[in-house]
Amino acid sequence: MSTRLATGGVLIDRTAPVHFTFNGQKHRAFQGDTLASALLANGHRMVGRSFKYHRPRGLVAAGVEEPNALMNLGFGDTFEPNQRATTTEVFEGLTARSQNHWPSLRFDVGAINARLSRFLPAGFYYKTFLQPRAAWKHLFEPVIRQSAGLGAAPAAEARDPDTYEHFYAYTDVLVIGGGVAGLTAARGAAGGGAQVLLIEQTAALGGRALVDGAQIDGLEGPDWVARTGAGLDQLPNLRVRTRTMGAGIYDHGYVLAYERLTDHAPGAPGPRHRLWRIRAKHIITATGAIERPLAFAGNDLPGVMLASAVRDYVGLYGVSPGDRTVLVTNNDDAYRTALTLLDAGLTVPAILDARPQVTGALPDELRARGVRVEAGRGLAKAMGTTHVTHAAVCAQAGEGAVLETIACECIAMSGGWSPAVHLWSHCGGKLTWDDAQALFRPDPARAPTGADGKPFVSTAGAASGALHATEAVEDAAKAGQTVAASLGQDGPEPALAAVNAPPEAPIKPVWLMPQGAGTELRAKAFLDFQNDVKVSDVQLAAQEGFESVEHAKRYTTLGMATDQGKLSNINGLAILSDALGQPIPQTGTTTFRPPYTPISMGGIAGEARGALFKPTRKTPIDTWLDANGAHWEPVADWRRPYAIRRQGESVASAVRREILNTRGNVGLLDASTLGKILVKGPDAAKFLDLIYTNMMSSLKPGRCRYGLMCTENGFLFDDGVVARLSEDSFLCHTTSGGSDRVHGWMEEWLQTEWWDLQVYTANLTEQFAQIAVVGPKARQVLERLGGLDVSRDALPFMGWAEGSLSQIPARVFRISFSGELSYEVAVPAGRGLEFWEKCLDAGADLGIQPYGTEALHVMRAEKGFIMIGDETDGTVTPHDLNLSWAVSKKKDDFIGKRAMERSYLNAPDRKQLVGLATLESKTVLPDGAHAVEGAKKVNGMENMIGHVTSTYYSPTLDRSIAMGLIKGGARRMGQILEFPVDKGVTIKARVVDPVFLDKEGARQDV
Amino acid sequence: MSEVTITRAPATGMITLRGDLSNVALQTAVTTLTGTGFPQQREILHEGERSVAWMAPDELLLLLPHAEAQATVAQLSQSLTDIPHLVAEVSDARSLFRLSGPGVREVLAKGAPIDLSPMAFQPRHIRRTRLGQVAAALWMVDADTFCLICFRSVTEYVDTFLATAAREGSLPNHF
Repeated sequence: MSTRLATGGVLIDRTAPVHFTFNGQKHRAFQGDTLASALLANGHRMVGRSFKYHRPRGLVAAGVEEPNALMNLGFGDTFEPNQRATTTEVFEGLTARSQNHWPSLRFDVGAINARLSRFLPAGFYYKTFLQPRAAWKHLFEPVIRQSAGLGAAPAAEARDPDTYEHFYAYTDVLVIGGGVAGLTAARGAAGGGAQVLLIEQTAALGGRALVDGAQIDGLEGPDWVARTGAGLDQLPNLRVRTRTMGAGIYDHGYVLAYERLTDHAPGAPGPRHRLWRIRAKHIITATGAIERPLAFAGNDLPGVMLASAVRDYVGLYGVSPGDRTVLVTNNDDAYRTALTLLDAGLTVPAILDARPQVTGALPDELRARGVRVEAGRGLAKAMGTTHVTHAAVCAQAGEGAVLETIACECIAMSGGWSPAVHLWSHCGGKLTWDDAQALFRPDPARAPTGADGKPFVSTAGAASGALHATEAVEDAAKAGQTVAASLGQDGPEPALAAVNAPPEAPIKPVWLMPQGAGTELRAKAFLDFQNDVKVSDVQLAAQEGFESVEHAKRYTTLGMATDQGKLSNINGLAILSDALGQPIPQTGTTTFRPPYTPISMGGIAGEARGALFKPTRKTPIDTWLDANGAHWEPVADWRRPYAIRRQGESVASAVRREILNTRGNVGLLDASTLGKILVKGPDAAKFLDLIYTNMMSSLKPGRCRYGLMCTENGFLFDDGVVARLSEDSFLCHTTSGGSDRVHGWMEEWLQTEWWDLQVYTANLTEQFAQIAVVGPKARQVLERLGGLDVSRDALPFMGWAEGSLSQIPARVFRISFSGELSYEVAVPAGRGLEFWEKCLDAGADLGIQPYGTEALHVMRAEKGFIMIGDETDGTVTPHDLNLSWAVSKKKDDFIGKRAMERSYLNAPDRKQLVGLATLESKTVLPDGAHAVEGAKKVNGMENMIGHVTSTYYSPTLDRSIAMGLIKGGARRMGQILEFPVDKGVTIKARVVDPVFLDKEGARQDV
Repeated sequence: MSEVTITRAPATGMITLRGDLSNVALQTAVTTLTGTGFPQQREILHEGERSVAWMAPDELLLLLPHAEAQATVAQLSQSLTDIPHLVAEVSDARSLFRLSGPGVREVLAKGAPIDLSPMAFQPRHIRRTRLGQVAAALWMVDADTFCLICFRSVTEYVDTFLATAAREGSLPNHF
């Protein structure tokens, strides 16, 4: 039974009790506890069931590497699954439920999977694909879906009430990790004045110094940490941030750090998580090392823990994992756990050391304290059903014959340490195999390099492979100073901290225990606890030909769980190497990818939710439209009114009313979203001749011309009316969605290709509100506003004039996208609403009504005008759209000219724009409907010859109208095409001229 | 929002000027108008109600009283007749925000991917950057006050962004 000790625990505050609930049971803990230490203190050794076999699982670790203790945390809107108990600080009212079992943690039906384990071998999932198709659909998929996933999904109606944010920070040096090495490196790096930011993932600085017993500068570890931390706080150029994890390192010194501000204090003001987006000139990873489990049978039983974790629970939290702990190890460091246990008054019945000779100072100290140290021994298996009851001892060199069994509640295991090289590796840092210490460590000669080809990441302390405290401090001090020097900010050499820790004898690598373990033992020796991958699975993968470590990983799922193989990676590839008969470095590691541990989706999204999810661009008329019945639709990033509804009116009838009123009286359109780009300079005309397909240099000041822009491939991508303002300046109108793109396009050509042209551009889109006054009575409205002669003679079709209307400065363009008499009036945006209201007043008795984008679309389709994005899709040329008249034959060059001369773009059977009149005049073709012709193709599909690009019911003509791109459309006039739109339903339409209304253009030219 | 106050500035005259910034005649035309010196890269200079900001290697932004903008455009065009240039009024295309308070750097650093620490950003500096998902330019007026301009159409987004970023108890206290 695990329990709280009467004394001890450097991180807990025994005067501050807090209460939490686990699986409905109320428990007491202390401020400073993690959920894991609190569970252990309350006797919960079993904390979950495993993913595949539903085996009982307990805590293995005390930190981020914990694979088993994943919890459903909270409830309702704040519910979150898969929260790691070891990194969850306990708080008053915390509610946790264990995962992956039904109906209860103690009695789990899914545990039957364990008995079926021989039917669930490595690659089980992939092997299911080999079965008959029916088996997948009816057997495997439902079963796999049922058992997949760990925690419960949050409820669909749950809405996260917390807030999140991003923060951009720049620093000279970023130190990741606040243990002895991080503190030492940070101090060194800051000595010469460099700006240093140190981040530590847990709530407390100190790392292993808090429990490992080394004396530093004559102080006990925790005291040294406290003194050093306080000293750093005094430095103005050094900032320390706890509860902040280095999640990923990217190119150019970009680092994501994940700060958890209120996870431990729900309800406190401020964001829950903050994602730091840091640019550092140099990064020092002082991320420490992670202890490796040993692979023996039953190593996943609750009560089997990493030796360092046992030390942490006793030392940091004052929690006993059991009265009797058997230690099994292959190195000296683990003996520190025995010392900690003895000091806490607990019993260590035996230390089983796999090494044939055990001679170090630490083992001698234990022997002197009367502990039985057995050399050359290992564990045949951990015994027990829901938790450890006995340790079965065997010879490490043998096959697992049990020599004796020792009663115990806890087994502390240590297979050595692996430096946490994740962050080093994210941006290309390479590793080297250190045979003496049996670990992969960063290779400083192959560091991640920046734009200057120099390393921008260094390691410090155990993260470098300097495991012993003395070496770690030396390494970290050197790292700090080297980095400061490389930035030209080296300070005085700080005194090196004097570490007093006993020397350690070499480790002996043990990848399987015992060495000759047979099939049965290997099938119970777990490598990846979370994904239930055993030694036998990796061996099977090797046998089935998965030689690459990356393939074996995916085949067995080793290291693919939420802990990303922090415990299993090295052990797994060692087993794989052995099975393949090759040295470990030849096998190599899998790729380390960010984030170091999972970060919240909220943190990634930051503030971008609700009103800030995506910016909505709004015109100066937006508020009026919103207050007067606008039915909004998104147009690029803008919102525009689809229609402006009257009380009780449907959207469809509003559209119909708006069209008939505009054609019959006068309509008002907010066209402010249209792009407006000013192009000016001595070479402006020459430039626009290159940008547009048609001739712009021949345009006279005071006149407008419709123009097309193509890409280099000859495909139409934007259109609009160009007004020549003066000899050397033009105003180019673009589509609503195209203004930024076209402006960028112009700048790119000017800056990279035609830098010799004397031309400047400015995107003036938002400077003006543009209001279209459209319809037979439009002129009357403007005349009533007064101030400008808008008569046919003074301002003819395709002309423009400048002046003021009703005392508002205005530029009036006589252009028409509806086919009606039409004036588009540009006024300063700040006076847009005033102008709009003046128009409404002036036209009230003329029947003036605002209209929306759908009316605009229908009216332009009635006129056969194309719409970028409807009739174009990036593969359509102006010729395809019957716009050859707008493609100059006189110009030497323009963008797209050469491409349009290619044979394919001139092929007679290209899809060309036609009008489509349904034979049933009331039937409207569905948008995108395909026209089919002749026999089916060999693959059984219909022979499609084109599709509908725009389709509406025209209230003006009281019939359906449509346009489409049809193969060889120009030659098909009068043909009847078939559009199968549903089973047994085919719509027939005749190919007609796409201009349905007023072909000669009489209405607009009055 | 105790730490930072955010206000919309009244209409301000703004003029974009593009041209060869090394041209002495252009420099003189500008400095005569503003009464300031000529700005270096990423610099903004003020004199009374007039300011001139460097926006790009061939672009300046002039700030002045709104009522004077239109006439100034004409005046500038007149004085630059012989130099290839573009001058346009953009007063209505933009919104100007004023942010003041001791936490102002941190409010902005939640959305602008630039170094806003006191070591890097001081009065006289201007940066064209983004705030969250939209383009913005910002400069300092004094130690605790920033000005920010954004496009008119996203004023509401910027307003909400700043109010959110300045919420009580949400500043990291990093700078």
